[in-house]
Amino acid sequence: MISPFRIVKREAPLAWGACLVISGAVLFALGIGMGMLSLQGKPPLSGMGLLLQGAFGSRWALEDCVGKAVPIYLCSLGVAVAFRLQVWNIGAEGQFALGAVGAAWAVYRFSTLPGWTLIPLMMLVAFAAGAFWGLIPAFLKLRMRANEIIVTLMMNYIAIFFLDYLVYGRWKDPSSFGFPMTPTFPDSAVVGRIGGTNLNWGLLLCIVSGLLVWVFFRHTRLGFELKAGGQSLQAARYARLPYENLVVLVMVLSGGLAGWAGFIEASATLNRLQPSIMVGYGYTAIVVAWLAQLNPLYIGIAAFLLAGLRVGGENLQLELQVPAAFGEILEGLILLSVLAASFFIRYRLAPRRRS
Amino acid sequence: MVKRTIMVMAAVLWCCGAALSAGKEMKVGFVYVSPVGDAGYSYAHDMGRKFIEGQDGVTTAFVEAVAEGPDAERVILNMARKGYDLVFATSYGYMDPMLKVAQKFPDIVFMHCSGFKTAPNMGNYFGRMYQARYLTGMVAGSMTRSNTLGYVAAFPIPEVIRGINAFTLGARAVNPNADVRVVWTKTWYDPATEKEAAKSLLDTGADVIAQHQDSPGPQEAAQERGVYSIGYNTDMSAFAPKAHLTAAVWNWGPFYKEMTDAVRNGIWKSGAYWYGMDKDIVDISPMADMVPEKVRTRVAAKKAELIAGTFEPFSGELRDQGGTVRIPAGKSMTDAELLGMDWFVEGVIGSTQ
Repeated sequence: MISPFRIVKREAPLAWGACLVISGAVLFALGIGMGMLSLQGKPPLSGMGLLLQGAFGSRWALEDCVGKAVPIYLCSLGVAVAFRLQVWNIGAEGQFALGAVGAAWAVYRFSTLPGWTLIPLMMLVAFAAGAFWGLIPAFLKLRMRANEIIVTLMMNYIAIFFLDYLVYGRWKDPSSFGFPMTPTFPDSAVVGRIGGTNLNWGLLLCIVSGLLVWVFFRHTRLGFELKAGGQSLQAARYARLPYENLVVLVMVLSGGLAGWAGFIEASATLNRLQPSIMVGYGYTAIVVAWLAQLNPLYIGIAAFLLAGLRVGGENLQLELQVPAAFGEILEGLILLSVLAASFFIRYRLAPRRRS
Repeated sequence: MVKRTIMVMAAVLWCCGAALSAGKEMKVGFVYVSPVGDAGYSYAHDMGRKFIEGQDGVTTAFVEAVAEGPDAERVILNMARKGYDLVFATSYGYMDPMLKVAQKFPDIVFMHCSGFKTAPNMGNYFGRMYQARYLTGMVAGSMTRSNTLGYVAAFPIPEVIRGINAFTLGARAVNPNADVRVVWTKTWYDPATEKEAAKSLLDTGADVIAQHQDSPGPQEAAQERGVYSIGYNTDMSAFAPKAHLTAAVWNWGPFYKEMTDAVRNGIWKSGAYWYGMDKDIVDISPMADMVPEKVRTRVAAKKAELIAGTFEPFSGELRDQGGTVRIPAGKSMTDAELLGMDWFVEGVIGSTQ
């Protein structure tokens, strides 16, 4: 049977209508979520209220969301840089781990330095370590035609096991009763909080990196070449763009940014290295980057909203004793419906006419 | 007249005061590392929570599946902000986040499970699970034919290592030829991984599977292969009735009640609460019919010794895997040594890394 509709590409993608489509998709997902709540015998409307209130309903809730969005943002920005060139870096998780390891190495190696030199040094080493982890798959891709999706994914495991090896072995705090954690960082190695807020200076790092990436793609020749190369590899070759250099460049930037996320988490949030620093931000980053269409500003918004969903989900759990899985299901529903709906930004359904 | 009025008023006030303090509303929060699920570690804590939920004036709430890293601090902080009077955080990775929050909220009592740090308003607590492990080891050692016992374990941290060692000592006490093979899963809760790990142990010839994991996955793997298993956290016999011999189980209810009452009455003291089998915080679940009477009697006798305090599993002479004497004859391990245990006893096959 032939469907009564056919898919037609829009002449121009929706502009403001896109907002409407996306909000509609979110509302649709929240509606299903409310249905699930009422199936469990929980009040659906006040449930959603608690979710939103826990995420955005108070100053500290907003601070919590921004704080949680920081590492997601940095990883996602990095991933987006690589995706622009259609280089599929799935390795933000491992680059994040290496960044955290690099930052910790700087702390233990130069623990006596004052904060104003130690923290920049940690940033430098974390960036270099993450970039190094991105460089290996870039090199393998260019020299041996190894698929970067597989290589970056596999290197995540290597990085995480390397972190475990250090934390369970060489770097284990002798006074931790055998628990796998490194000694606490000295105060000089801890990224401080901004004013009287609960936010750390990692936020500033996000804003500056986001702006730089935006300017880079918008206003530099190299950035233009990257975008062009990503849109059509053959055209790029024809125009004699230095494709190999571009791949190296995006993987270094991508890995370095994820490395910074690891640095912020180790320094500001945990004040040490421990296995539980790995909570999957590197994978969340990929979803966020796609949702945000690789745009630095939208990535910020998407990371913030996703963080809000997770923080709000905790509030919902605490107040209504809804299982933790509910938050994850809701997250999946929203992502799926937004991705499905974004199809309608570029395409529309037209009724078939009888011929 | 005036004097009498004052006395009456004072008496009334005193009565009101007493009534108020006894009826003080208590909000008690729990933070779990895994989903409550239907058998595991968090489930055992949640049974403890339900035990106190029924009391007058006590309301409880929990947040489950909280990652031990960056999320833990926020969850504990939110309980403090919402005016909870007492917060229990039930996994070792919550220690430092809880300490940070405790320093900001001096009027709230925080209790951290399985760590070692304390503050004036933060205590730590745990149960001597190794005592129950020793008894389950005796059961496993008696029931094995291949003399290889398998142990699916989460992380190489002292709590888990202690359990494996106690299990091995118990098994070897009844069967000097028994060996315990260990596989690390590096996860507390992941039913599929746990089950696969159990299968890998079965492939090496293990015929009793024990676990330090939160899902009944290893139990099911043992039943599918037609061999025996030893549960953990709660009685897991419902998941593998043909395999499950007994389980080392938690019983948190009485302890949570004791702490809640202490906080409500203002007599709570910070410190390290490490209760044993004598306080009923750990136990073994009823043994299955497969376990012969002779073994039951032997285990029951040992349990009585543990409760009476006349027997200590970690007493000399204890050798490590390399054969070096770690604890000489006539000596017992101190609590500090037990809390930091990072070596395997003789009879364990595996590495603590």
